[in-house]
Amino acid sequence: MAVKVPILKQGKVLIASIQEDLSDSDILDLQHRILEDVIRCRAEAVIIDVSAIGILDSFGTKTLSEIAYSVRLRGAKLVIVGIQPDVALSMVLLGLTLPDIPTALDLDRGLALINGG
Amino acid sequence: MQHPPDVLVQAIRYDTDVISARQLGRKRAEELGFSRPDQALVATAISELARNIVVYADQGEIELATIHQPDRVGIKITAKDRGPGIADLESALADGFSTGNSLGLGLPGTRRIVDEFDITSSPGLGVIVTVVKWSRR
Ligand SMILES: Nc1ncnc2c1ncn2[C@@H]1O[C@H](COP(=O)(O)OP(=O)(O)OP(=O)(O)O)[C@@H](O)[C@H]1O
Ligand SMILES: [Mg+2]
Repeated sequence: MAVKVPILKQGKVLIASIQEDLSDSDILDLQHRILEDVIRCRAEAVIIDVSAIGILDSFGTKTLSEIAYSVRLRGAKLVIVGIQPDVALSMVLLGLTLPDIPTALDLDRGLALINGG
Repeated sequence: MQHPPDVLVQAIRYDTDVISARQLGRKRAEELGFSRPDQALVATAISELARNIVVYADQGEIELATIHQPDRVGIKITAKDRGPGIADLESALADGFSTGNSLGLGLPGTRRIVDEFDITSSPGLGVIVTVVKWSRR
């Protein structure tokens, strides 16, 4: 399967920028690669940029929570950036939450969040 | 002006079909002048219903029909499959109920984000979910 989401390494930070609407298997693939890279690169933080995503449904939200949880078990931090207003609204109405996962408006603010604490 | 009774059908079998179905729905909602948030809600509802087909019934279809009325326009989404069906509908519609080790929010959440929601199922005969989202003009 072609890699849909490039993961860039910037120092101890991994940045996964989702470029397009992902299928469930693409999301699972991303999950595996993030965990591998966190271990391989001894990353201290991971940023997932979801600004190009038009919806986050139950599966997407559940998988993001799982990624955040396992990244945290490795002692690293996960920040989700760029949730679009319409996406946020449908998540709320659907009853979906991302408990305990720090979010930021965009990549710059996500990086600031990591460096600030 | 008379509109044709336009109906779109997307066969659902693989997880990529879930993407095709929700993109089709968003495009249709956009063409019909739905607001941006409502477009996202239409796409989200389709995503949940289509995924349930892939996960629990193997295959089925999503049908999108446009409803034109003088004061409003609507999208009717029908999700059909001939899978195992749902034995206890009341539980399936409750927040947090899942036989698939998931969040159990797909059906109850979809019900919250649409204007009309109907589900029928008999064990062994599959599931039909029909929902409508209206946009006022
Ligand atoms: N098309 C279907 N055929 C058979 N059973 C279904 C179907 N759709 C839903 N169900 C049953 O209803 C339950 C609730 O569905 P719902 O979509 O609300 O939650 P889920 O799919 O388990 O989790 P989530 O959608 O939050 O990831 C499912 O766990 C499953 O048992
Ligand atoms: Mg579901």
